[in-house]
Formats: sequence, structure tokens, C-alpha cells
Amino acid sequence: MRGNMYLLQIDKFFILEKFLLVGFIISLSMLVAMYATYAERKVAAFLQDRIGPNRAGIFGILQPLADGGKLFFKEEIIPLASSKTLFVIGPMLAMITALLTSAVIPWGPGLPIAGRNVSLQIADINIGILYIFGVVSLGVYGIMIGGWASNNKFSLLAAIRGASQMVSYELPMGLALIALLMLVGDLRMSTIVQDQIGKGFFNWHIWYQPLGFIIFFICALAECNRTPFDLPEAENELNFGYHQEYSSMKLGFYLFAEYINMFISGVVMSTLYFGGYDIPFVNEAGLGWDPWVLSVLGFVVLMTKAWIFIFIFMWIRWTIPRFRYDQLMNLGWKSLIPLALLNMVATAVVVLWLKK
Amino acid sequence: MQLTQRAKQVDRRPMTWLEKIYLWNIVKGMWITLSHLFKRKVTIQYPEQKRTFSKVFRGLQVLNRDEEGRERCTACGLCAVACPAEAITMEAAERQPGEEHLYKEEKYAAKYEINMLRCIFCGYCEEACPKDAIYLSETFAPSNYQRKGFIYKKEDLLIPNPKENPEAYQQALGERREAQAKK
Repeated sequence: MRGNMYLLQIDKFFILEKFLLVGFIISLSMLVAMYATYAERKVAAFLQDRIGPNRAGIFGILQPLADGGKLFFKEEIIPLASSKTLFVIGPMLAMITALLTSAVIPWGPGLPIAGRNVSLQIADINIGILYIFGVVSLGVYGIMIGGWASNNKFSLLAAIRGASQMVSYELPMGLALIALLMLVGDLRMSTIVQDQIGKGFFNWHIWYQPLGFIIFFICALAECNRTPFDLPEAENELNFGYHQEYSSMKLGFYLFAEYINMFISGVVMSTLYFGGYDIPFVNEAGLGWDPWVLSVLGFVVLMTKAWIFIFIFMWIRWTIPRFRYDQLMNLGWKSLIPLALLNMVATAVVVLWLKK
Repeated sequence: MQLTQRAKQVDRRPMTWLEKIYLWNIVKGMWITLSHLFKRKVTIQYPEQKRTFSKVFRGLQVLNRDEEGRERCTACGLCAVACPAEAITMEAAERQPGEEHLYKEEKYAAKYEINMLRCIFCGYCEEACPKDAIYLSETFAPSNYQRKGFIYKKEDLLIPNPKENPEAYQQALGERREAQAKK
């Protein structure tokens, strides 16, 4: 009975607002991922003195649609020896976990609609960053299950690599983040952004946590399976990695999930270290502009920051060769974890000292 | 002993601290790739733009005519003998009275075929020809869906008639125009 009462209290406007926001953010992630594939090909081409795709539409703008259409119409092959259910679940999991992360990211300051302040964040939960970590570590299941279900030795090897790599790099990532959380004192994403807004450009966390950011960035590359840490898809040793047996849109989902992950990690890094939707060198509160304008501007700024990160990811991919597996493990366990620990202890000491 | 001036001494010194942390070297590499972002692109947009071939490019064969539009080939078979890939076949026929405007000499090739899948474009047929009847042009064989599409008949190989279609003839001559003018 009490449960029913509680349900009745939820107002319809709130549900509608969240539905719209969820729809918008999922389609946004998809759209960005689509054009990230196009951007990847263009960046790769330009870094290699080529032009890149330019036949579908002007400047090849329709290329992602053509690629997607091609993948949809390809024959779908499920190998006879595979575990069929798991084989189908694998790419689904990869896609779902990639899309789930965006739920706790604040996309801009709130919008006043019909006398209510509509937050541009799907869920402002008090363990926001912890939630992101939880979902990202679930992402390993997509790779692991896909690799296992394929019943292919190369896929399995790649999946094992992917799993161990993601598990090892979550550690320094978390440790680098703890130092940041000690500065903020809250796990809530909106508080982390608010902490950086107001006092201008030099209040961004990057100025307080440069080492922490570098560690976080390297780990983000490893978590997204991007070069130089793309060992799960090392084509010269493992043919094609964990998605070798996949075809059609199931393969597309795996590739697509990688780009969504890249976008989300760009957004997370801008939120944590680069002020989120904060416009640099401008004190938004002092401008006295319409909150709608500020929200749209803030959103555009956040997207710009995310795209800069996506570009850096691509730039790194087409510059640096892949690490060897032992080098990857050495870097993770013997360099990044001690560094992150050092960073954490140093931050703790400074925070305590300043409080006294 | 140094054979060329190009040899470079390899630096075998142990890595310094800066090199060991690897980050600085990554930044240097990234700088190089970034500079390539703004360099002139080398792509040739193929169907619209075409690379100009060198003057000695050996492409598709052309059966030549003389100035009055008569076929020069006498079906002597020297090109077929010279052909290392055995791509050329021909059948000879005798010129009948009244056909003088078609064939330059009394004997001509009734059938002349080159299999472009066998041809290696070595140009020996051009060298062997005593009548200057065959030469290699500056185009290559276009793609085809069928095997028989690559067996070029005499009609496919013959140069346009200079009397009937002088423009196409001049175009087909291409770079050989100057060479022929010198003769």
C-alpha cells in the first residue's frame, strides 16, 4: 500500500522529462559514435597525407550511413561450434555497457521549463563516479563473453588479454581518481563540476592534479582498448581479436561500442579534469544571461572538449605503435600504480596540511 | 670499410631518464604526425584525375594505319613469334582487287586477336614489326566482367581511320604524333 502511494507521488512531468533526456542522450551518443568512425578515417588519412573518404556526399559526410547500411545487409554468420546464446549476448552487452555510462554525466546547467528547474543529467546519484566505474568494469564481459562464445583460440586469447588489461588498468585509474575525490570531497558528478566552476579557468582540476590526469588518461586509453593498448585486437598476432568470428551488425556493435566508449571517456575526462560544461575564461554567473543560452553554450563547450579528446585518441592511435604484452603489464603494475599511489599520498598530505 | 656515404652510425648509448619515461618521445612523435595533418595531400582522385604516363609507357596495343587510312599489317606473324606470352593469334588473307584502299599490301590480317590476360606488355611485338603496324599506347586494359572481354579483336585494336575520323586518329596517336612527324 505504501509503495503504491509512493508511485502515485511521482509526477508525470518528471517521467516525461527523463524519457526525453534519455532518448536525446542515447541518440547523441550514437550520432557522435557514427561520426567518430568517419572522423577516425579522416584523421588517419590526413595524418598519412591522404584525403580519406570523400565520395558519399560532400566530403564523404554520408560515409557512416553507407558503412552502417553495408553492415546491416551483410550475411550474419553464427559459427556452428559457438555457444549461440552467449555469442548473441556478447555484442549486446558491449553496446549496453557503453551506453549506460552516460546516465550520470551532467550535460549542462539546468533549464527552467514551466517554473521547474530541469536538470540536464539523467540521474544525479550521490555515487556518480563510482557508478561509471562499475559500468565500465562490466564492459569487460562484452569482450570476454564474445571471445569465449566464438570458440576460436585467437578470440579466446584476445578476450583473456582484454580482460586482464582492463582489470589491471582499472586499479591505477581508480587510485588516480581517489586523489581527485579527496580534493572535491564528493562522488556526485554535479558537485565535481560545480567545484570547478566560478573561479575561472585556473580552478579546473587539471591544474591541481596534472599527474593524476596523465595516469587517468593513459588508463582511459587502455580501458577503451585504443592504441597503443589495443592488444585485444592485435591483428598481426591474433588475426582480428575477440570479434574475429563476428559478422554483420554484431561486428558493427562491437566496433560501435568502442567509439561510444571513446566519446564517453572523453566526456568523463572533461567533466573530471577540465571543468565539464564550464566555459573557460568566463564567469557564467556574472553574465546574467538567459539560462537557456547558458545551457546550450555549456553543452556545446562540453561537446567541444569531448571532441578534442576524441581527436587526441585518434592522433595517438595513428602515431604510436602497439605495446608488447609484457610492456603493457609492466607499465600498468610497475609504473602507473606506484605513481598513482604516490600522487594519492601527496594529495592527501597537502589536503590535510591546508585544512590545519 | 665504407662502401657508400649513406651509412648511419646507430646510437647504442643506454637510454637517459627522459627517454626511459617515454612520454617526451611520444610528444615528439605526435608533433611529427601533427605536422603531416597540414601537408599537401598526394592523393590523385582517379576517375576524374589521371596520372600522366611516361612517354615510354607500354600499354594497350594499337594496330596502325598509314596516312590514307590503309591497314599496315601484312599478317607476317613476326609479332606472334616474338610474343613471349603467346598472346597473339592471326589469320592471313589475300587482298582482292578493289580492296586497295583498305589494305596497304597484298596480304593482310583477316583475323587478329590479342589476349590481354596473357599479354605482359613487354613491347616485343612492336620491336618485331617490320611494317610499323603495331605499337603500344599509353592506356591500359579496362576491367571487364568476362574472360572473353579481354580477348581484343582486330576492330578493338585498330586505330581510327585518319580519312574518316581525323580527330580520333590524332587523339589515338597521342605522343607518337611528334615521333611520326620526325620520320
